Amino acid sequence: MFYREAGQFKDNYASDQALFPIAQDRWFVMIVMGIAFVIVPFYIDDYWTNAIMLPFLIYALAAIGLNLLTGYCGQVSLGTGGFMAVGAFSTFKLTTAFPELNFIIVVLLSGAITASVGVVFGIPSLRIKGFYLAVATLAAQFFLVWMFNKFGWFLNYNPTGQIHMPPREIFGVLITGPRAAPEVKYLFVLIFVSLCALAAKNIVRGRVGRSWMAIRDMDIAAELIGIRPLEAKLTAFAVSSFYVGMAGSLYFGIWLGAAEPIEAFGIEQSFLVLFMIIIGGLGSILGSFLGAAFITLMPILMKNFMVDGLGLAVVTAKHIEITMLGVLILFFLIVEPHGFARLWQIAKEKLRLWPFPH
Amino acid sequence: MDVQRKFGDPILEVNDISLSFGGVTALENVSFDVLEGEVRAIIGPNGAGKSSMLNVINGFYHPQQGMITYKGETRKQMRPHHAASRGIARTFQNIALFKGMSTLDNIMTGRNTKMKKNLFWQALHVGPAKQEELEHREYVEHVIDFLEIQAIRKTPVGRLPYGMQKRVELGRALAAEPELLLLDEPMAGMNLEEKEDMCRFVLDVNDQFGTTIALIEHDMGVVMDISDRVVVLDYGKKIADGTPDEVRSNQDVIEAYLGVVQDDELAASQNN
Amino acid sequence: MNPELLFFFETVIGGLMAGVMYSLVALGFVLIFKASGIFNFAQGVMCLFAALALYDFMAPGGWVDRWFGFTFPVWAAIALTIVVMIILAWLIERFVLQYLVKQEPIILFMATIGLAYVLEGIGDILFGSDVKPLDVGIPQGASDWLWDNFNLYIEKLEIFAAATAAVLVTVLAIFFQRTRIGRALRAVADDHQAALSVGISLRTIWVIVWSVSGIVALVAGIMWGSKSGVQFSLSLIALKALPVLILGGFTSVPGAIVGGLIIGVGEKLAEVYFGPYVGGAIENWFAYMLALVFLLFRPQGLFGERIIERV
Repeated sequence: MFYREAGQFKDNYASDQALFPIAQDRWFVMIVMGIAFVIVPFYIDDYWTNAIMLPFLIYALAAIGLNLLTGYCGQVSLGTGGFMAVGAFSTFKLTTAFPELNFIIVVLLSGAITASVGVVFGIPSLRIKGFYLAVATLAAQFFLVWMFNKFGWFLNYNPTGQIHMPPREIFGVLITGPRAAPEVKYLFVLIFVSLCALAAKNIVRGRVGRSWMAIRDMDIAAELIGIRPLEAKLTAFAVSSFYVGMAGSLYFGIWLGAAEPIEAFGIEQSFLVLFMIIIGGLGSILGSFLGAAFITLMPILMKNFMVDGLGLAVVTAKHIEITMLGVLILFFLIVEPHGFARLWQIAKEKLRLWPFPH
Repeated sequence: MDVQRKFGDPILEVNDISLSFGGVTALENVSFDVLEGEVRAIIGPNGAGKSSMLNVINGFYHPQQGMITYKGETRKQMRPHHAASRGIARTFQNIALFKGMSTLDNIMTGRNTKMKKNLFWQALHVGPAKQEELEHREYVEHVIDFLEIQAIRKTPVGRLPYGMQKRVELGRALAAEPELLLLDEPMAGMNLEEKEDMCRFVLDVNDQFGTTIALIEHDMGVVMDISDRVVVLDYGKKIADGTPDEVRSNQDVIEAYLGVVQDDELAASQNN
Repeated sequence: MNPELLFFFETVIGGLMAGVMYSLVALGFVLIFKASGIFNFAQGVMCLFAALALYDFMAPGGWVDRWFGFTFPVWAAIALTIVVMIILAWLIERFVLQYLVKQEPIILFMATIGLAYVLEGIGDILFGSDVKPLDVGIPQGASDWLWDNFNLYIEKLEIFAAATAAVLVTVLAIFFQRTRIGRALRAVADDHQAALSVGISLRTIWVIVWSVSGIVALVAGIMWGSKSGVQFSLSLIALKALPVLILGGFTSVPGAIVGGLIIGVGEKLAEVYFGPYVGGAIENWFAYMLALVFLLFRPQGLFGERIIERV
């Protein structure tokens, strides 16, 4: 009833290929964006920014990146944490070496550097597949984190083994560091992530996206109809790492402000982002957001409930939290292995008829 | 076919092709040609090397010996991408569609080698990239009209029935505007009605677009009806080559293949 | 003997022994992957869980001690832990796997990560996260005999582990080749559908194979636990076993053994002769790089057959 495509005719291919061909979808996205851009900034405070919105948006960006590689191109990667580290350390080195460089450029460059590293570690994908590749990407994870931890140059020889983000301004507004206003950080990240999501959506519905999906669904057939596996896989690694690198850059530069390689970019990060795209939905940009929301919010809710609500000790709560996270993951995989994105789709199909099912 | 059609020069010649996998011989000294504009059938019992032959032609298998001449260019072996961009398209014996994508997207992948705009423009999806996408969409819509599959345009191919999937696969190959179309058992596993539809499409493609077609098929009735010339393989060797009538009366062919056609079809249905 | 050479031998033998320990963990992975196509990331946590349970049965202050006022002797504790692992396998099949039978491998892989979280959390809640010294009577210290006669410094524990691994592999080989269940397992590994059609119950097979993996995990848990105490980091040996798997192949038992030995030796040699030049601590990634480089030249792994792709 409320979600009807009937009567929405298209008289040219351009409107049929629009981002959201159905009017209701367009409205929905506009309303969400309107709230996110106009209303939220007025009410957001430090806690909401740092504990909820920044992690959600930044992980969503990383999840989109991994989803491009794993969900669209079918190459499982467990190296996300390592690639985020590349983005973060690139940002640190760039912004300390060239303090005048605009932070937007720094983030983009960090993404580009990560992309080139991603291509190097993507080369094995040309010869090995599936879980063999997944394990091979762990090589990237462990090697990169080790490298950043081992060589003082990356840390600017800081004896504490940490990197700190110096305060930076863009267009005269302070954007990084503890004194930057929360709504500024939020808006900056929001704009960044929105634009990146849009670009990702455009890529996956064009030639490149189709060649990735072709490789994912049947690589031999894809090769035989003229798609070059080399080109498709390496662009997937490059674009994916570009996104993950930017996420790492924002993660360190705007959200954390300081990071220590082993703790901030460990293998847990890789698994976390992988969970997001599986629970959100492989091969879905929307799913990346939903998965990121779930994985970042759920622990906060559980912790609040157990520590503040039930008065459990923090350590016990932590253990229960891990257990519950595992249980929830199992639960969602069993109930809907295709993730929230599929649930969303099913809901929309139901809404077509609702409330008059005949 | 009552009207004698005129065919052009050979578009493809394979010369003395031998292919083996670690001691197992799949093809042995096979030579034949395909003339521009004809429908050429490759037949033979199971395991005769028919699919291997197609795989050699479009560069998936690399023969140990022999030469392939395509559109006047002679090579020891083809490369898949090279073959595709020079106008060889194909369908597969066991449907090889991209299951997670819609019919439209599947057919659009057939246009891949013809699309040139780079990643950057695609990410922005404005101007030239959008224009290019629309142009190719238009061509794909022609193919969709031709194959009469408008209704399933947006359906994920995994949900389509078998016969429809075969048709979409043909569509994907046609979208590449091939000069040489390789069909690997286009009618396998179809009922009579679907077979008739498919025959019509194959002949129409040949007629309307002038596409040269090389096909593998088990249904002898179909082969004899629609093909202009037939090459027969048995145990990796060529045993006959000629018009359907010539092949039908060839003693080797009768012994190797037609005489035991029942058994072979039985075996084929068990294998699939 | 030349001290340089002696040192080299000592390194190699040390590497072989460490390799045996990796092989033990890899073996558990292989068993499950072979029978069900599941890449069981929880294998490492299963080792930890088994070691924790074993410790608890024997240690003063454990649940058994607190509730009943006595502790079990080693042999009984091991037997009980085996029972626990079998029950665990049954629970996993009953509450998780049976709902995920036809899912994509990556979904199953994710599920095992979820499982790892659950086991880790439960282990922490039940047994606490402090380091527990595990002593099941395995001889400790260096072997005097080797030291006296050959001037080689080798831990008795490692020799014991190698011997145990050899026994375990022999028993498993006999189990797979000679018993009815073993043959059924191999049938399932070759083709699920075909196995089902000749009346082999997939669910029973899964419980059995997870139980066997649980027992292998227990053995690995005992060895690692005796060596460095039972603690959370025990579950990280799963990460050590992964390069062994890509080297030896996910489905090959001999691959797991030989792969483990190669990784063990390679890692030790690299640590001693190459590590100092790059600042050390390379053991986290070196095994992965070794396996990766190997795979680039031989994508089918150590014992895999060359794959002929067909369309």
